[in-house]
Amino acid sequence: MSAVAGVTAASATTQRSAFFAVLRRDLYVTWSELPVFLAQVILQPFFLLFVFGKVLRSLGYTRGGYADLLFPGLLALTAVITSMQTLSFPLVVEFGWTKEIEDRLLAPMRTGLVALEKLVFATLKALIATAVMIPIGILVLGSIPWRWSAMPLFVGVLVLASLLGASIGLVLGTLVTPNRINIVFSLVFTPLLFTGCSQYPWPSLARLRWFQVITAANPITYASEGLRAALVPQVPHIATWISLIVLPTAILALSAVGLRGFYRRALD
Amino acid sequence: MNGPTVEVRELVKRYPRSPVDAVAGISFAVEQGELFGLLGPNGAGKTTTVGVLTTRVRPTGGTARVAGVDVLREPVRARSRLAVVPQRSNLDRSLSIRNNLVFHAAYHGVPARERSARADDLLAQFGLADRADSKPDLLSGGQSQRIMIARALMHQPLVLFLDEPTTGLDPAARLFVWDRLRELKERGVTLVLTTHDMHEAATLADRVAIMDHGKLLAIDTPEALVRSLPGAATLELATERREDAAADGLLDALRTLPGVEGLEQVEADGERRRIRLYVTGAAPLLVAPAASALAERGFGLTDVKLGDPSLEDVFIHLTGRALR
Repeated sequence: MSAVAGVTAASATTQRSAFFAVLRRDLYVTWSELPVFLAQVILQPFFLLFVFGKVLRSLGYTRGGYADLLFPGLLALTAVITSMQTLSFPLVVEFGWTKEIEDRLLAPMRTGLVALEKLVFATLKALIATAVMIPIGILVLGSIPWRWSAMPLFVGVLVLASLLGASIGLVLGTLVTPNRINIVFSLVFTPLLFTGCSQYPWPSLARLRWFQVITAANPITYASEGLRAALVPQVPHIATWISLIVLPTAILALSAVGLRGFYRRALD
Repeated sequence: MNGPTVEVRELVKRYPRSPVDAVAGISFAVEQGELFGLLGPNGAGKTTTVGVLTTRVRPTGGTARVAGVDVLREPVRARSRLAVVPQRSNLDRSLSIRNNLVFHAAYHGVPARERSARADDLLAQFGLADRADSKPDLLSGGQSQRIMIARALMHQPLVLFLDEPTTGLDPAARLFVWDRLRELKERGVTLVLTTHDMHEAATLADRVAIMDHGKLLAIDTPEALVRSLPGAATLELATERREDAAADGLLDALRTLPGVEGLEQVEADGERRRIRLYVTGAAPLLVAPAASALAERGFGLTDVKLGDPSLEDVFIHLTGRALR
């Protein structure tokens, strides 16, 4: 890219300051709409947790211990959905309809940095949402699986899960036009969420081989399994090293596609 | 900074999957402090040209410089020197009007204290102080336009690009915008605006470039462009064919009337025609001879308009059709 050649030290400062100003704008907007944000990110996982972890258990339809393997899965799901939604929905609208993003695209920074800011912000928001899920889990389930010794792995996989959702969001957000938003999101979103092993551990699917193959193709599976490895290592799960290779690979591949889409939408 | 503030050389833009160039090799320069108008019908390539100058459109060929910066090589540096007021509102709907201004300045690295002071100044200047805390959703077109201009000024750009700044505004809002643009020009800001309104171009612009089909047809001051037309006055005849007589030679017959320097057939719609004559001397005296020349060929006169030549006539003269 020819822009790189012209970047001087002064311009690096300018770009850094523009980047953080745009990030501040997003945080400011989130803060001023905090109740909406919380309702938006918490309701779905809360009900999943409540129905699968509490109601079905109380009625005797699930075995003891199910809540323990469900909880890490739902944390992964919350991280992925939150960052995916945070990034994709506004991006579709901003590019396709309101053009609000133009003022940021005209800020003195490289176009790719505007996309990077979106990834960073979506990841931050997803991390906040999962942090909120922890007390909710304790409240609904009474207790949650927790291992302080596995914190580095836990946090690392959460960050990767958030980045994964953000990069999927970047791809969807730059690919989809506003008039097709409904169809694409129901065709892509729902299957992604239910084949991501958040409600069941992957090895247990051996009895349902064809479905196991499908779930292995969904990168969210590796986020769910990675968090299980951290919180409930006694439950059979995909080997941690596999998750730690697949997740960053998927993030890099999806962000590259998303970034290309972003440039295509940002520049004519 | 040496040389012109805006400089476009051999600019070409062809969009993918398009058989023709949206901009077909244009060159022009705008001096510092000048108010420059790009005049042309929709689809002439004005918005694309501004898109290239404002780093949002990558040209197929040619170069473009803004405030001494090559916009292709150094888009980041160019962005801090220019500002854009788009045709349609792109205000940030999640932010209040005041914060639209404040955050814009933050993107451009204006220090926090100064952001606030400038926002208050500009809001007052644009008559928006009482709307400062409302969101942009419910604003009229004129108000959005004012906010977008105020926002553009927050980082004190050297060049301001405005794309059809008054299209769709009511007359009062249009005058308000015009006044603000004149003030900016007085302060030394270079302004480039696109418009398809020749009155706007003639009233505001120091120089006008007339564009059509991606090409620059003429570039000069509005007065000089008008002076370049043949004749000193115009006489527009609206006619309708009444009898089935031979219409051949109608235009030639009019062209040979005494005092007629040139003519254009502006419109030919079935039996109706509009013909514009460029004349020297007293145009009213030509009405009677023109009417009889028409009558001889079976045409009746339905309307007559006398006028001074305007930029519209220049456009018609250059392209052979009206600017609509």
